Amino acid sequence: MEKEIRNESLPSCVREKVHDICREHGCDPGELIHILHALQRTFGYLPEAVQEAVAAELDIPVARVYGVVTFYSYFTMVPKGKYPVSVCLGTACYVRGAEAVLDEFRRQLEIGVGETTLDGLFSLDCLRCVGACGLAPVVSVGDRVYGRLTPEKVRGILSDYYRAAED
Amino acid sequence: MNGNTVGLTIDRKTMSVPPGTTILEAASAAGIRIPTLCHMKLEDLEYENNPGACRICVVEVEGRRNLAPACKTECTEGMVVHTHTPRVMNARRTVMELILSNHPAECLTCSKNGYCDLQKVAHDLGIREIRYRGEESVFVPDRSPAIVRDMNKCIMCRRCETACNTIQTVGALTAVNRGFRAVVATAFGRDMAGSTCSYCGQCVSVCPTGALSGRSHTDEVLKALADPEKIVIAQTAPAVRTALGRDFGYEAGTLVTGKMVSALRELGFDYVFDTDFAADLTIMEEGTEFLNRLRAEDADGERAKLPLMTSCCPGWVSFVEQHYPELLPRLSTARSPQQMFGSVAKRYFARLLGVERRRLVVVSVMPCLAKKYECSRLEFAVDGNPDVDVSIYTRELARLIRYANIDFRALPDGEFDRPFGESTGAGVIFGTTGGVIEAAMRTAYELYTGRPLPEIEFVRLRGMEGIRSATVDFDGKPVRIGIAHGLGNARRLVEEVLAGKSPYDAIEVMACPGGCIGGGGQPFHRGNMEVLRCRADALYREDAGKPLRKSHENPCVQELYREVLEEPCGPKAHEWLHTRYFDRKNGGTEDSGPEK
Amino acid sequence: MTIGWQVLVCGGTGCRASQSERIEKALKEEIRRCGLEDEAQVIRTGCFGFCEKGPVVKVIPDNTFYVQVRPEDAEEIVSEHLLKGCRVRRLLYVDPETHLRVSDSKHIGFYRKQLRIALRNCGFIDPENIGEYIARDGYAALGKALTGMTPEEVIGEIERSGLRGRGGGGFPTGLKWKITRQAPGERKYVVCNADEGDPGAFMDRSILEGDPHSVLEAMAINGYCTGASKGLIYIRAEYPLAVERLKTAIGQAREAGLLGDDILGSGFSFDVEIRYGAGAFVCGEETALIRSMEGQRGEAMVKPPFPSERGYAGCPTNVNNVETYANIPVILLKGADWFAGIGTERSKGTKVFALAGKINNVGLIEVPMGTTLREVIFGIGGGIKNGKKFKAVQTGGPSGGCLTEKHLDIPIDYDNLLAAGSMMGSGGMIVMDEDDCMVSMAKFYLDFTVEESCGKCAPCRVGNKRLHELLQKITGGKGTEEDLERLRNLALVIRDTALCGLGQTSPNPVLSTLDNFRDEYLAHVREQRCYAHQCRDLTQYFISPEICRGCTLCARACPVNAISGERKHPHAIDPLLCVRCGSCLEKCKFGAVRVR
Repeated sequence: MEKEIRNESLPSCVREKVHDICREHGCDPGELIHILHALQRTFGYLPEAVQEAVAAELDIPVARVYGVVTFYSYFTMVPKGKYPVSVCLGTACYVRGAEAVLDEFRRQLEIGVGETTLDGLFSLDCLRCVGACGLAPVVSVGDRVYGRLTPEKVRGILSDYYRAAED
Repeated sequence: MNGNTVGLTIDRKTMSVPPGTTILEAASAAGIRIPTLCHMKLEDLEYENNPGACRICVVEVEGRRNLAPACKTECTEGMVVHTHTPRVMNARRTVMELILSNHPAECLTCSKNGYCDLQKVAHDLGIREIRYRGEESVFVPDRSPAIVRDMNKCIMCRRCETACNTIQTVGALTAVNRGFRAVVATAFGRDMAGSTCSYCGQCVSVCPTGALSGRSHTDEVLKALADPEKIVIAQTAPAVRTALGRDFGYEAGTLVTGKMVSALRELGFDYVFDTDFAADLTIMEEGTEFLNRLRAEDADGERAKLPLMTSCCPGWVSFVEQHYPELLPRLSTARSPQQMFGSVAKRYFARLLGVERRRLVVVSVMPCLAKKYECSRLEFAVDGNPDVDVSIYTRELARLIRYANIDFRALPDGEFDRPFGESTGAGVIFGTTGGVIEAAMRTAYELYTGRPLPEIEFVRLRGMEGIRSATVDFDGKPVRIGIAHGLGNARRLVEEVLAGKSPYDAIEVMACPGGCIGGGGQPFHRGNMEVLRCRADALYREDAGKPLRKSHENPCVQELYREVLEEPCGPKAHEWLHTRYFDRKNGGTEDSGPEK
Repeated sequence: MTIGWQVLVCGGTGCRASQSERIEKALKEEIRRCGLEDEAQVIRTGCFGFCEKGPVVKVIPDNTFYVQVRPEDAEEIVSEHLLKGCRVRRLLYVDPETHLRVSDSKHIGFYRKQLRIALRNCGFIDPENIGEYIARDGYAALGKALTGMTPEEVIGEIERSGLRGRGGGGFPTGLKWKITRQAPGERKYVVCNADEGDPGAFMDRSILEGDPHSVLEAMAINGYCTGASKGLIYIRAEYPLAVERLKTAIGQAREAGLLGDDILGSGFSFDVEIRYGAGAFVCGEETALIRSMEGQRGEAMVKPPFPSERGYAGCPTNVNNVETYANIPVILLKGADWFAGIGTERSKGTKVFALAGKINNVGLIEVPMGTTLREVIFGIGGGIKNGKKFKAVQTGGPSGGCLTEKHLDIPIDYDNLLAAGSMMGSGGMIVMDEDDCMVSMAKFYLDFTVEESCGKCAPCRVGNKRLHELLQKITGGKGTEEDLERLRNLALVIRDTALCGLGQTSPNPVLSTLDNFRDEYLAHVREQRCYAHQCRDLTQYFISPEICRGCTLCARACPVNAISGERKHPHAIDPLLCVRCGSCLEKCKFGAVRVR
């Protein structure tokens, strides 16, 4: 996981990265969303300091960057867990019991939706339809998709990752 | 249809309007009032906030499936519109109830009570209960030195966002989040002091509710007035006297100088002085500074500090510090009239009275919110004691007058106290766009050429266009002048200068549209340019009626130089009357250094 | 070299989630091990549609359709089928009615009743190989248009075909193209709306994953017709596979000279770029989509002006969705008359639906317009899971409504669905059974809308929040009959006054369930009962002491330790601790756990 990027001192490597990515997109404010995507891919999240650096590169108010970041649910200003858990709450999953699965993740991880566990291992989010409705209810952990879940299976999935984290 | 007009029917009235006319405009022209909330169009300022978001102005258009927002729907040939059917009224009332269901019901204690658009529309719609209750937004109010934001009262009309971004190009405010949590905020929800806000207060001017208001300092004033140990001094800016009357039923642009002075005495101020006096002082310093820079150019082609940019407006100064730190050396180092007055009062007048500066409380009455911020800047304090202790704005003074049960209209006309009540016409016109530079030219011309002005009024510098320019002939030397009011116009002007397209020698900028007469602390003019014009005319009238109209002719100013200041831009004057600026774009602490 | 066998492995997202990539790898290894590289080829295709039975593997030329294949099965498929020519019977689909194994997909009920136009290539070709697309008449339509037809002729053909927008509204596609063509403007844009946000719909993604070139080809044709030289695909960033395949396809098309300058020597130039969404359902609305492509918050704008007149970067912009585009090349090749011969009077062609929920055959299907809901649900969909009773089908996603038993025989088309209180939407079709609470369903959709509202207009921002809260109150057992009236009034006002399509249609799930399942609402507010046992606050789990054997299974399954009791003695559930998860009910072998 990336180390948390602090506001006071933006490391020069971060500043350079922001500069490079903005340059790749011609420093065009119209490309803001692309740029933010690229930065989130790089840093894992979009801390204040990165948003300020983007605003400076594109010569637009930082408020505008922040307004865009807070509009789109894909962008996050907090670091995600090493294993980001996303519970699909699309309709197909919902009618096949996704809520109970989500509740079980909440209970097991002791965090709410949008939060990250204190040890930084897991973060919990909801998403709408990954298009695997045949396997509903579906949960993704990182790139891996788990289908036909029930609350009982949650503990097993998590313990696999706990074990992986220990190794 | 005859090609140039569109015929339609609104509430059984037939009418024809030019193509492109909205239902709202057509109805308004026909005397049919449709309530609006978010919509705001200030034609002269080229301000238009028209997101079509509040949905209060919906009307029924025959043949259309859903209701149409009158503010955004253009009239089409044969359109039949109904503005108050039961369906329309139920929709409006329901939408209003929804807005109110997320708005605190604290009208009686709200600073906007009586001036609130939301209150008025809700009243007109006859809302007596709110059927839809639920979660309400909870935001912590943000109290900056000048502006208070209570976003619990925000109705997402976006007027402030438009003013801040489109008119002022400050970009401090933006819509953030989405859905029910959407609100107008600064970047990262910081307080305004941590944002790029320049405290121009134009957001406050357009806010329909109490979400944005000026920070009130009336309690501090009342406390000082009640303290027998304190000697409380008022200074009043020129724009205040043109607008204060508005809150007491006078026509726009009525000069109420005398009544204002009397009211301040009634309130208990020990001395009532005129900021116009300090404006004359400012001209002495800024005019001299300009001539020095001009002569430096004459001597060795040195243009690094030209054009000279005026520094009377704290909103503008803050804007330069935040957005154009590279231009800081071009700002005049002369303090604003408010601060010159405070400096002279605390250093000189206290000595005349034989008291310590801490016993003096200098209260400025300003048309402006940014002045509150300006007087809190640390460079304007000596040992922690500020030169200007409290700055209140025009609406606050009106509140104080009502608070003290003073019958304003019945007051006799009072006179300013001496010595700082003496001013020339040049000091008076400081309150309107173009006024500062005109005043400066009156003095600079005579100092440069050594001859009296042939024509005292520089009519070409006057007007309400956003950006104006003129060339003044200094005895064969053309002096090129640029004027901008509104920070968006200022940005355009500055960009031209930076691009080398506009070789001005002097630039006057006032952050508010119309200059100080349209300041964020003035009675709400709602963008009515006629009101601003009346206020400007009043200042020019007062100027024309003055026996002395050039700052350097002010006898009290002359005496002050003789007694203490020695000469304009001299070492003493520098210590008392000049200041320095900070690069707030890149870190904020780097000192641009005072001019040598 | 002769290729005898083609082994198609579904590479759609659903099957990939079930590790179809490992199957593909295992098959390739096995083929190599058996030395069959020259006779057998493994192809990863896009979605086959029959997700319920995934992962799916199909062997050509004998059209053998293997379902629920595991990587371990690769060995048997290769050794038995490819080497010996014997089908692996245990992997064949079992017809639920006849209980016979069906080998050829053409004879599987799920496929038999479908007509695949938009999905014509999905599951047949390698989407990462332009050659396979071209081999199935790919880019022939573009060639035909560029070399033999004027833009007007192409538009005329599309108009005559009767194709309507598949994204939701059903606006005539040809007319849209015509308006964009006629709109004045130097630059124009063609946009593909691939921001499929409807929860439970995944047809656009499947087309892009399975047949990306059909969309690129159609966009180029669109560009030729409207006078645009640039196409933009706005796609959800959450669709990594679709993005990858699109990128590959764009690259290959450029290399083949089918995108870029002077396409096919016609002098027409056209290129395509990808733009990413970032998780906002409202960006499926075309004005919000355009704002988002411009790097702004995806807030909807009042229409008119329509994007065809003023869209991306202020230029005329034609926005169509993925499925609409996928139809275009076929229409040009087979002719408008052919297309118009399919479907109903006012809805021509076919429609893709994502069939999901409590249905046996979850998957992606394409049927002619006019097919009844009954045929889709009970014919293709194979009826309700676990022999439960059909209760409702939800079409149109969060913008649609819930239809019931009585609607099952209406032929599906735009107008019929609208008349029935729902809408076509993008094609989500969620089937619900007796265990689903319709009030909770309405709440589920509102939950979605509240989260996805852009927050611009008051009815959607606050109104949907209040709708949701009312539904919470009702499902929480605290609702009253007056609340139902409030609910209806609010829903109608939101529909009447909201700014964009998202807001205007957001109350549909509420209105349609209020109309079709009023009894269920009444049971919630009058009796405080939820007969589907879905509303937790209205549901109680208890253990019948007469039946309970004290086996402790339930107590061990309970996640919150709400069940107590000694072994071999009746157990009891503490209603204060119980979270109504239903685990005990599932675990109990004796039917002692009851719900009320």
